[in-house]
Amino acid sequence: MKQYKLIHCTVNGKEREAMIDVRASLTDLLRNDFRLTSVKKGCEVGECGACNVLVNGECFNSCIYLAVWADGKEILTLEGLADPDGGISDIQQAFIDEAAVQCGFCTPGAIMSAVEILNEKRLLSDEEIRVRMSGHLCRCTGYENILRAVKKTMLKRLGLSSEAPEKQEG
Amino acid sequence: MYDIKALYEARSVEEAVSLLTEHPEAQIIAGGSDVLVQIREGKRAGAELVSIYGIDALRGVRLEEDGTIRIGSLTSFSHIEADTIIKEKIPVLGEAVGKVGGPQIRNIGTIGGNTCNGVTSADSASTLFAWDAIIEITGPEGVRRIPIQDFYIKAGKVDLKPGELQTGILIPKKSWEGYTGHYIKYAMREAMDIANLGCSVNVKLSEDKRTIEDARIAYGVAGPIPLRAVSAEETAKGRPVDKKTVDEFAAAVLNDIHPRDSWRAAKAFREHIAVVIAGRAFTQAVILGGGVLS
Ligand code: FES
Ligand code: FES
Repeated sequence: MKQYKLIHCTVNGKEREAMIDVRASLTDLLRNDFRLTSVKKGCEVGECGACNVLVNGECFNSCIYLAVWADGKEILTLEGLADPDGGISDIQQAFIDEAAVQCGFCTPGAIMSAVEILNEKRLLSDEEIRVRMSGHLCRCTGYENILRAVKKTMLKRLGLSSEAPEKQEG
Repeated sequence: MYDIKALYEARSVEEAVSLLTEHPEAQIIAGGSDVLVQIREGKRAGAELVSIYGIDALRGVRLEEDGTIRIGSLTSFSHIEADTIIKEKIPVLGEAVGKVGGPQIRNIGTIGGNTCNGVTSADSASTLFAWDAIIEITGPEGVRRIPIQDFYIKAGKVDLKPGELQTGILIPKKSWEGYTGHYIKYAMREAMDIANLGCSVNVKLSEDKRTIEDARIAYGVAGPIPLRAVSAEETAKGRPVDKKTVDEFAAAVLNDIHPRDSWRAAKAFREHIAVVIAGRAFTQAVILGGGVLS
């Protein structure tokens, strides 16, 4: 017997409603019901971070999050970072500029972790950034460029420097 | 889609108890970082689930009037790590849960779920063993509290009777006051890895910081469930704060632990690591307590 539930949530700033199968993951809800395909299905067991989104401001791997739990929550995916004209955000631009994207499969998830960090509006050490970005597997870039893009955007937003540091310290 | 037979959502502890009583086959799902993965792997496929994730009353850390630290079972690892009471009174617990999985896992994973799985490698468990934590369980008969050592029955099995759920973890004042602790996780990777061995030590020093008044040490993965190394504790009690005490304390853990050979690590290797990290964690705990090791 199939079981359904009506849920209401805010997705990328818009109020949404959906009648969902209770067996759905949040990844299923975002991709299939809301067509937000930046949310990737990588491992589907919470290991790789490709499906990472913000729920009430915190990062969650949506593949191991029941869609029914999204009821009443505020969800942000990569699509929600674009401005009304479709322009991309500074962190996305930094990923491009620092060559932190190759195949791009890990990118939306990694950027959402960066967004969680940037929203804290504080200066993190290189080591802290590493720890905070450690829930993402990237098979292409070797991570250094990702860390550089996050650091550059953090410094810029804090008004500390507009230049990307040449090399990560430590 | 997960292979779930039915899902019941509880909004309160009472509702959870009645749903669990009504559906005796149902399994509890908290944050789901273990349960949902096991469903994907087929291990728990087709399960009936009672979700307790929506019970907000089970979230948060509080200092009770008698000085007991009360951690709601659904408090996430990242919230424990960031909590001011934890940081001030038992920072080692924040450090230990800060080593679980990766950041997203620490946002969804709950301390109650981590202990209810009955898994020996749970990063929170050894530290809770070392703090003499009390597990609070609520069921059809009301609330009962038992020491964490009694809560773990065997690998994968904890003392939860039909209709019961874990609602809190309590650390009494006498267990934490005056103690300082340190946790060491030995694993291959810094993130997203399971401990090959976890060791949590806390000590209480005398007024003049020269004598070990009390020492507690607990391991994860040194046996099928987390365990205390009691002979090591006895070795250290009442002894002077010096290098010799550290060495004898560390060597004594071999009387208490019984790790096994597995593809992750050999028994002999685990025993070696157990002695080394016991010494290091003990040393660090003593230093944090203001002791000087000459
Ligand atoms: S797809 Fe969710 S963590 Fe890999
Ligand atoms: S860019 Fe290909 S996995 Fe990260």
